[in-house]
Amino acid sequence: MTSITRDEVAHLARLSRLALTDDELDQMAGQLDVILGSVARVSEVAADDVPPTSHSVPLTNVFRPDVVAPSLTPEEALECAPAAEEQRFRVPRILDEE
Amino acid sequence: MTDLVRLTAAETAAVVASGEASAVEVTQAHLDRIGAVDGSVHAYLYVDTEGALRAARAVDDKRAAGVPLGPLAGVPLALKDVLTQAGVPTTCGSRILEGWRPPYDSTVVRKLRESDVVILGKTNMDEFAMGSSTENSAFGVTRNPWDLERIPGGSSGGSSAAVAGFLAPLAIGTDTGGSIRQPAAVTGVVGVKPTYGGVSRYGLVAFSSSLDQAGPLARNVFDAALLHAAIAGHDPHDSTSIDAPVPDVVDAARATDIRGLRVGVVRELNGDGYDAGVRQRFAEAVELFSSLGAEVGEVSCPHFDYAMPAYYLIAPSEASSNLARFDAMRYGLRVGDDGTRSAEEVMAMTRAAGFGAEVKRRIMLGTYALSSGYYDAYYGSAQKVRTLITRDFAAAFEQFDVLISPTTPSTAFRIGERSDDPLKMYLADLDTIPSNLAGNAAMSLPAGLSPDDGLPVGVQIMAPALADDRLYRVGAVLEAALNDRWGHPLIEEAPAL
Repeated sequence: MTSITRDEVAHLARLSRLALTDDELDQMAGQLDVILGSVARVSEVAADDVPPTSHSVPLTNVFRPDVVAPSLTPEEALECAPAAEEQRFRVPRILDEE
Repeated sequence: MTDLVRLTAAETAAVVASGEASAVEVTQAHLDRIGAVDGSVHAYLYVDTEGALRAARAVDDKRAAGVPLGPLAGVPLALKDVLTQAGVPTTCGSRILEGWRPPYDSTVVRKLRESDVVILGKTNMDEFAMGSSTENSAFGVTRNPWDLERIPGGSSGGSSAAVAGFLAPLAIGTDTGGSIRQPAAVTGVVGVKPTYGGVSRYGLVAFSSSLDQAGPLARNVFDAALLHAAIAGHDPHDSTSIDAPVPDVVDAARATDIRGLRVGVVRELNGDGYDAGVRQRFAEAVELFSSLGAEVGEVSCPHFDYAMPAYYLIAPSEASSNLARFDAMRYGLRVGDDGTRSAEEVMAMTRAAGFGAEVKRRIMLGTYALSSGYYDAYYGSAQKVRTLITRDFAAAFEQFDVLISPTTPSTAFRIGERSDDPLKMYLADLDTIPSNLAGNAAMSLPAGLSPDDGLPVGVQIMAPALADDRLYRVGAVLEAALNDRWGHPLIEEAPAL
């Protein structure tokens, strides 16, 4: 396995929506490199003929009956919102201006 | 008068039912003890004094009205702060959820209420259940009641410390890689990870959805069984909840005989890297099984050596996806929203400010393991290891009814000792992870105090999925034999605080 570069770590931080400081990126790069070096040995035994397991209980498409049930009122749903307006979550702009 | 905080859960329910003490008196005794000693232990993040007394009064009213009481009615409980309780702060040990009061009850809490259990408050934990020492909490460390300079295990360290410190006879923890069993082991109490899907995850804030499971902590096997029975069962609100009858764990915990039971000692979960004192107490437990008439043999599970690396790919991968919900938009912390920044900038600033170092590390690790070009080598390979470990268990359970190992390679380490070395910290879960990956049931039980440092050692019992009752049968018999040897339950040797 190739070791992880600081640029890759900065890219991962962007993908993870984590505004890390330069110091944090430096520290994280070293730690992730050590951890990845240790966990990479899973590939030693992961032969082509071994099927993957994503879940210990083999379940697919569990449905419930489509019936109307009580749910939260708008007031309850918005009670812990960082900001609310007109029964909606108020959020920072999501599109670039202009 | 009886010291109400030292009673077992079953005894507590009995004194409440008989009227020897009221539920309010029992609850107040615990609140008083929390007030007196939790300043030094810090098991609780939030004590719900009013809610607990209200619930206790309701139990006393029921009794006065002649309504029959259940087996846990009026018994106080400490709830890990990863489960929602309507109106009560739920932080998951994270700044990002500080002040959040969920508008709904988790299924575990709903069932506890239906059982008339009195929830005293929310317990400290490693942030989002990521850790083995409770040092990763944003709200300070919890101390081990056996030695206040040492960790209580993690991530359910507040729950284990509450039970071991007589701050509650029962607690709920959650176990993703050992987070019930390892804290139970290092604090000298009983902890059970039920079969995956046995207890509903509805309202359990997700860390790694395919591994997370809530379960009981208690000061003895029978109490753990009573709590297990109260919270288990199918729940339509959790699509991964198993639609099958819950094994009768309470009846199993009344067992007195394990003659002929086949007990497999897992070769890979012992040896180099284990404390001498842990190995000695475990070896004695193995001998005790033989003297109780069990057929003890050794079994090899060769892929268990790969469980830890597989876990540290699978759990962070799932976490990186699950924790994406903390986006500063609908609830929780929001930082930097000054009108000039975009939603994406606010999101990244909030997550940087709200998550601690270990959570950030795991989100980044998971994002990497799932990214294009690395997926097959990391996440894909880890999923194959999961298959191999499940096969190892299946083969072992053809030969043996239960498997045993130490619960964790060392006794409680000192606060701060491993906090700068993530890989060393991860070793604490070496023995517990395989059961999470395979979805099995497993229990940790006190095996005695290590002759090295006088601290508790745990023995782990593992059973196949949906055979949780075997844990209780084996655990009850081993516990009785050990109590006979010691002359009393181990927990009575814990310092007074």
